[in-house]
Amino acid sequence: MSTTMIGMRSLALVLLLTAAAAPARAASEADYKAAYAAAEAAAREAAGLRNQWTPTVSTLAAAKKAGDGGDFDRAVAAAKEAEALAKASIFQATSEKEAWKAMEIR
Amino acid sequence: MKTRSAIWLGSALFALTALGFTAQRVIAADKIDPATEAKAFQNFYFQKFPNVKHEDFVNGPYSMNEDMKRQWQEKEEFPPYEFALDAGKEMFATPFKNGKTYADCFPNGGIGIRQNYPYFDGKEGKVVTLELALNRCRAANGEEPYSYVKDEMASLTAYMAFTSRGKLMDIKIPDDPRALEAYENGKRYFYTRRGQMNFSCASCHVQSPGERIRAEILAPALGILNAMPIYRSEWSGMGTTSRRFITCNSQTRAVPLEPQSDEYRDVEYFLSYVANGLPISGPGARP
Repeated sequence: MSTTMIGMRSLALVLLLTAAAAPARAASEADYKAAYAAAEAAAREAAGLRNQWTPTVSTLAAAKKAGDGGDFDRAVAAAKEAEALAKASIFQATSEKEAWKAMEIR
Repeated sequence: MKTRSAIWLGSALFALTALGFTAQRVIAADKIDPATEAKAFQNFYFQKFPNVKHEDFVNGPYSMNEDMKRQWQEKEEFPPYEFALDAGKEMFATPFKNGKTYADCFPNGGIGIRQNYPYFDGKEGKVVTLELALNRCRAANGEEPYSYVKDEMASLTAYMAFTSRGKLMDIKIPDDPRALEAYENGKRYFYTRRGQMNFSCASCHVQSPGERIRAEILAPALGILNAMPIYRSEWSGMGTTSRRFITCNSQTRAVPLEPQSDEYRDVEYFLSYVANGLPISGPGARP
């Protein structure tokens, strides 16, 4: 193994350890607003497809409540979860456009 | 040489004929034929449950489980829907402020007609359910609409179903592409998975009737609406077809649609059509 490669590996390891050891930055209001906007947009798309999930609505409400209370870490986490849920429901609605036929009694 | 040409020609003709047959079959498969589909739907249940009398499917979980059936038969001596039925009868006969009654809005004075609902209204181009027709009747007579899910609406439909007990479901799909589209949309809604649980109506009522989901025994989809409206112990009260759809959606963690939305009207049309020939048994009682 060349010296350059060993050096690069060490550098990567140091960077990785530094990143892991560094305290996570607390989420700001701007982070929350951005995460909430993204979640809301995905939820709106799911509703447009007539396939909103109840956990999306409740998680979005939890994000708003945490954001209004100034707990932006919790608010961002909830908003991201709501976005993931909404995106899963969009995926479901899209794939079911054809997939439903597999279940049909013929 | 002549022989070889004859073989080539023969092969080509055979291939063309085969292609013609295949194309015809593809076209036939794409064409919606509700009557054939309804027959296949019914046969699926008749074959899956050969010991269940055909007319018994309208009794939902009781047709699937002997113990439950006995309990229900005893309960039917003093049925839990009786209060709603009496209230519905009285409401039906009570005139509106303008002196007219529900009987003025319906064919045959509203008696013994449940089996014809929902129907496809050619003028509106949409499916009209009994619940919708009742509220439209109220609006036409200057009255406020009732909630679609319970209380007065459940009482009125309970009475109308009772006057139709034993009559065979008789839903028509008129020769109108919009009616066929409504049927197809209802079918698609029925089989489409939704909600975080990734369930379709069919996941429970086609794939698993007779099986337990927690403490409940799942009802077959065949004839499931013939018993509407129902008294559900789980609800501690009466509920309409709208309530049933809304509850099913919530249970799969899907946000329910508005009562009497196009999708609910269409799925009611589909489910009622495939139950043609089975008797009305409503109002019903369910755990």
